[in-house]
Amino acid sequence: MGAKMVDFNGWDMPVEYPASIGCGIINEHMAVRTGVGIFDVSHMGDIRLAGPQALAAVQHISMNDASRLAVGQAQYSALLYPQGTFVDDVIVHRLAEDEYLLVINAGTREKDFNWVRDNTRQFDCAVENLSDDFTQIAIQGPKGVDVLQKLTDADLSAVKFYWVTRGTVCGLRNTLIARTGYTAEDGFEIYIPADEATSARVWNEILSAGKEFGLVPCGLGARNTLRLEGKLPLYGHEISDTINVWEAGLDRFCKMEKREFVGRAALEVAKSEGVIRTLVGLEMVDRGIARDGYKVLDGGGREIGYVTSGSPAPFLKKNIALAYVPPGFTAAGTSVNVEIRGQAVGAQVVPTPFYKRPKK
Amino acid sequence: MAYPTDRKYTKEHEWIKVVGQQATVGITDHAQESLGDIVFVELPKIGAELAAGKSFGTVESVKAVSDLFAPMSGAVTEVNGDLTTSPEKVNKDPHGSWMLKMTMKNPADLQDLLSAADYEKFVAEEGGG
Repeated sequence: MGAKMVDFNGWDMPVEYPASIGCGIINEHMAVRTGVGIFDVSHMGDIRLAGPQALAAVQHISMNDASRLAVGQAQYSALLYPQGTFVDDVIVHRLAEDEYLLVINAGTREKDFNWVRDNTRQFDCAVENLSDDFTQIAIQGPKGVDVLQKLTDADLSAVKFYWVTRGTVCGLRNTLIARTGYTAEDGFEIYIPADEATSARVWNEILSAGKEFGLVPCGLGARNTLRLEGKLPLYGHEISDTINVWEAGLDRFCKMEKREFVGRAALEVAKSEGVIRTLVGLEMVDRGIARDGYKVLDGGGREIGYVTSGSPAPFLKKNIALAYVPPGFTAAGTSVNVEIRGQAVGAQVVPTPFYKRPKK
Repeated sequence: MAYPTDRKYTKEHEWIKVVGQQATVGITDHAQESLGDIVFVELPKIGAELAAGKSFGTVESVKAVSDLFAPMSGAVTEVNGDLTTSPEKVNKDPHGSWMLKMTMKNPADLQDLLSAADYEKFVAEEGGG
């Protein structure tokens, strides 16, 4: 489709589709906020755990409480190192009584699979890497439901946010349909066989079905700005093997009250010691765009932290950023500076997420 | 898009229109197309001395930051303040949205610039366009 491509963790991925077909990061972003867009997110990895002790295994390796999941329900969670830092963040789907699917990031696929396999050996549970078996397509935006409903016999109105179902999609029977996404918007992700002909056919059928709703194809660029507005973490930026759960502010997805999981003991200690840095949202007050890696300075020009992700926010029409700063700089309204090409440019701590989708 | 023949081009994807000792500088259609949605343009102050080949400003798209390189040496006489508030004009009309005007210090700098045809060829060979 004439998209601009980029190498992303070894994947040849579209950054954005051309302006000539109504795309470009801003248009793609706006389409998802106000209408619908589709993303090829096949780079995401998938690990299946199945067997009598699948739940025990998932509980051991992830920080959220999977015992709360009904069959067909999903949750945001993370795999942690014993230090309480991140192997990766994941979506855990409970597909059947004793079957779970972990959806993981592209850049960490091999690492994640090896880590999951090595840390679940003591459980009666098969661990399978299905990453190459699926093409994953995300249909995101308030009109996503209308587009996908045209292509499936599954009743999508019965599928709540963060629930999954199965149905025939574009003639493909028993297709996994999850009401999930990475855009801070309503939407679906479907998992279809990875062969190129099937993937291309389904992609094109979605494009055609979406025409009446103004659907556009979207690339990694819009995916990044959409997730940033919603403060959804990106591995290697907001979370990593040196950042712990409390610092990243993901407390509500970490269930310390459940019995035991890898990383729990270290998190217990970290909690009593207190954090030395916290992830906050920044909005630029002066003219300038904060970018990944830029330094955050206090009023006196002293370096106090760094930007993990920064960009213009197309829907909010502001320049926003996520940054790690020490305690004392985390209250909304706190003034800081971001160093942009040697200049201290004014910014302010603001409440997050920057964007929250309107409740229906 | 056809590149206007009333001006010269650089391998850094800028265009330069010279009238007498005065040069007007902007970025090319290929540059705006590869950058994507332009959201920020930072230009030097009037009077600033530019050195050929050195960075004189920045243009930012949603995704990326790119340096602007001086096509020749000389002093800035005017900057297009319009682009501060409406940077998207560069996407809409790259060859009409000039960035700055400057005096030409060394006419020999012109010899290093490309004609429209040569620039078009350069873009094609670079795999862009």
